[in-house]
Amino acid sequence: MSLLFVEQVLNGLQLGVMLFLLAAGLTLIFGIMGIINLAHGSLYMVGAYAGSIAASATGSFLLAVPAGLAAAAVTGLAIEYLVIRKLYDRDHLDQVLATYGLVLLFNESISLIVGRQPLFVGVPPALSGSIEILPGMTFSVYRLTIIVAGLVIAAGLYALIQRTRLGMLIRAGATNRDMVRALGVDIKLLYTLVFGLGALLAGFAGVMAGPLLSVQVGMGEQILIMTFVVVVVGGVGSIRGALFGAIVVGLVDTLLRAFLPQLVRGLLADPSEADQLSAGLASMGVYVLMAIVLLWRPQGLFPARS
Amino acid sequence: MHDPFKFSGKALIAIAILIAALVALPFIAKAVGLPATTPLATRLLIYAIAAGSLNLVLGFGGMISFGHAAFYGVGGYTVGILFQHVRIGEPLFGFIPGTEQFLIAVPAAILVAGAFALLIGALALRTSGVQFIMITLAFAQMLFFLFVALKRYGGDDGLIIRRRNALFDLNMRDDLTFYFVVLIVTIGFYLLLWRIAASRFGMVLGAIRQNERRVAALGIAVYRYKLAAFTIAGMGAGLAGGLVANYARFVSPDMLHWTKSGELMVMVILGGAGTLLGPLFGAFALVTLETLLSGWTERWQLFLGPILLLIILYFRGGLSGLFKFIGGGGK
Repeated sequence: MSLLFVEQVLNGLQLGVMLFLLAAGLTLIFGIMGIINLAHGSLYMVGAYAGSIAASATGSFLLAVPAGLAAAAVTGLAIEYLVIRKLYDRDHLDQVLATYGLVLLFNESISLIVGRQPLFVGVPPALSGSIEILPGMTFSVYRLTIIVAGLVIAAGLYALIQRTRLGMLIRAGATNRDMVRALGVDIKLLYTLVFGLGALLAGFAGVMAGPLLSVQVGMGEQILIMTFVVVVVGGVGSIRGALFGAIVVGLVDTLLRAFLPQLVRGLLADPSEADQLSAGLASMGVYVLMAIVLLWRPQGLFPARS
Repeated sequence: MHDPFKFSGKALIAIAILIAALVALPFIAKAVGLPATTPLATRLLIYAIAAGSLNLVLGFGGMISFGHAAFYGVGGYTVGILFQHVRIGEPLFGFIPGTEQFLIAVPAAILVAGAFALLIGALALRTSGVQFIMITLAFAQMLFFLFVALKRYGGDDGLIIRRRNALFDLNMRDDLTFYFVVLIVTIGFYLLLWRIAASRFGMVLGAIRQNERRVAALGIAVYRYKLAAFTIAGMGAGLAGGLVANYARFVSPDMLHWTKSGELMVMVILGGAGTLLGPLFGAFALVTLETLLSGWTERWQLFLGPILLLIILYFRGGLSGLFKFIGGGGK
């Protein structure tokens, strides 16, 4: 039981890291540019598709990663240039609807180009199998890689924002964009870079998700809504909040999915009904978490600024 | 002062023509050999109710609720579940008898949806701006998963309602009869919306949209007004859901899906947020566009997405401006 629990905690951490990659981009783009981007999940989907197509075409996962990153980044920059740029001064409603239009466009375009059948990608051979991390307990190397890579990226992002000149401009741009512009900084370029960075992170999450999930149309929205929960729980606009929120949400979701069925099966007679009900309740779990956090702290756990 | 909800003589004539056209529509459709138009028009009217209710929060109140389809779905499921319990002859939770009476099931749908809206609104309205958008979306998604999990009521396959609810001695199976039932409900609903928008409550709501702080400084309990609007809007969506459950004789979790909330928002914006009849025209425009595009290609969303983008980027308030004289101003 306790080893199983440790394993599920690691699985939760892995999901949390993936959610962080998406939440960081989403919250940066909102915090700095004031844009609410529903198409963020589409960038994740583009990364996943590009990665899995590259992997199956070349047989090499090492090539899938740059392919997924490049596809997501190029798509992100194109979206920024063609659509997002025109939405900076609009209210949230226009942003929501325009990016909703983008979601429809991306989903249909992908199913037109690739088809509606989900793609399946194998775990790269070098990362397949599992290692013994505790006596008597093994864990998937691939999932462990995701955890490590995600934490490294989180550290890198923190260093970028807190320690570099670019990070200083990003922080300043979030606080007072007119002042930054008045100081002679090309704020348009800065925004494009931030959006590209967000797209890159989403694309990376997409590529890494490929071997774990089936790559399919609509995968972006499923995770986007969970990402929203992360952003709300953590505090809108805060990277620290995104990291903390992502890990909490990842753990809660994974642990509920793993252990709730046993509890519900004890209460209901029909096992198949119990399984479906517990799956549904587990899916609701993170939203209940969000409701509790909101009752307690409406601004989230780590609000970006008071 | 100009009262935005006082109709000019010209607007009243336009509305009379609109109602006359809606009454005549099924007969004309039959005469020109397009009988399928009547069910389509029924669907249009139901969407007009759903979009009109969303407009109360979105257009009048300025709250960007992205989970409105949840209340629409809850209303639909209320009708479906009550019917299911008639069929299996077993009370819901052991004490609520099922019903197939329109005058019980549809009001129940309105009340249940309103209760959910009250609960979700009470939580979501603790925040505003982008958090409000995300939270309403997330709660709607939570209800979506709840109905997917309810295997008893069909799970993700949905729930089939074998017969439409009974209303007096009317033959509800007949599409023409059902169309007129929906038309009367729609006219009643829009009359009510007009009363709300023109009331003191509607004025306060509009003031909150323009400047929430100033309204709060006047000593008005902003939160209560917003929550009341959110709840009434949820009840309107519940009404639409109850009607659509009768119309399609089917409910499924798709009714609550977040893309449905997006569609309702598009209807409101397309027609003109904050105008009385805007959502009606928006619903007409979107459903007609969808029907035409889907008749032409299965991949109609490929066209709908860019059309939406172009409208938002380049034709701000285009359609709404066109209808402004009918709605009598508004925003």
